[in-house]
Amino acid sequence: MISLVIDIVLLLFLVVMAFAILRMHHLLAVAMLFGLYSLLVAGVFTVLDAPDVAFTEAAVGTGISTVLMLATLAATRSTHERRRKGVAWMPLCICIATGALLIYGIHNMPNLGDPTAPQHTEVAKRFIESGQAETGVPNLVTAVLASYRGFDTLGEVTVVFTAGIGVMLLLVRREKPRIRGEQHDAK
Amino acid sequence: MTDYILGHINYWIIVLLMMIGLYTMMSMPNLVKKMAGMSVFQTGVILLYISLGKVEGGTAPIIDDGYVLYANPLPQVLMLTAIVVGVATTALGFALIVRIKEAYGTLEEDEIAAMDDSE
Repeated sequence: MISLVIDIVLLLFLVVMAFAILRMHHLLAVAMLFGLYSLLVAGVFTVLDAPDVAFTEAAVGTGISTVLMLATLAATRSTHERRRKGVAWMPLCICIATGALLIYGIHNMPNLGDPTAPQHTEVAKRFIESGQAETGVPNLVTAVLASYRGFDTLGEVTVVFTAGIGVMLLLVRREKPRIRGEQHDAK
Repeated sequence: MTDYILGHINYWIIVLLMMIGLYTMMSMPNLVKKMAGMSVFQTGVILLYISLGKVEGGTAPIIDDGYVLYANPLPQVLMLTAIVVGVATTALGFALIVRIKEAYGTLEEDEIAAMDDSE
């Protein structure tokens, strides 16, 4: 019960934070709020018994994402977004409709933390019962990540590699012609 | 009824969170703000999956003699992957934003669209 209360309070903080991100016009403040938001998300993960995900979120979400956002703001020299008045009705209607559909979709989902829920009784049960014996790793998240679903992780590395190549192509390509042009001028 | 509300309020708040992110993404013309909105939406989805893996009275899925009830490790593994992939795509998005700023001189979507139309 106490963990549910902490969970709800943290989630309400997250809603406030997300709303502040929506309303804030100063982009540096948005970046800082976003870092705080990710840190709170890491807190929620800890409450939900997922310390490995919390570590990743704290390191990758809070650290790298915020640094990337700050680097983008520095590279584009932008501090404020242009203010706009009024509410965008069309997106608001779409959001309310999507939200209503999602609420409808989750209305017959099992209660939070129900041990008899179907997601706990099939594959996960086997991982918990024989995971340590089969892989020799007490941390089941590591066991599933590196052993049972190792190819998934290989795919993840491929995606990260591809994204890295994409970023390099986008940001590095521009430099070369300019340098050549300057050398040409010097001659 | 109370049981139902207590069991589902977590999901409802997460849906609210996702919708705030979606609204930020759709209504804000600034591209950096859009990326922030997308990340909010994404963390909402990840939170939903992680809360599916929660077991009442359970502990983190690290085997120890003192415990018998563990959280579901499977959603945690999948979301671990999703976080890392999410950051990779965010990095790509930010790189695109830097290039757009170089090419157009602005980060506001409607100004970019107006420039495209006038060409």
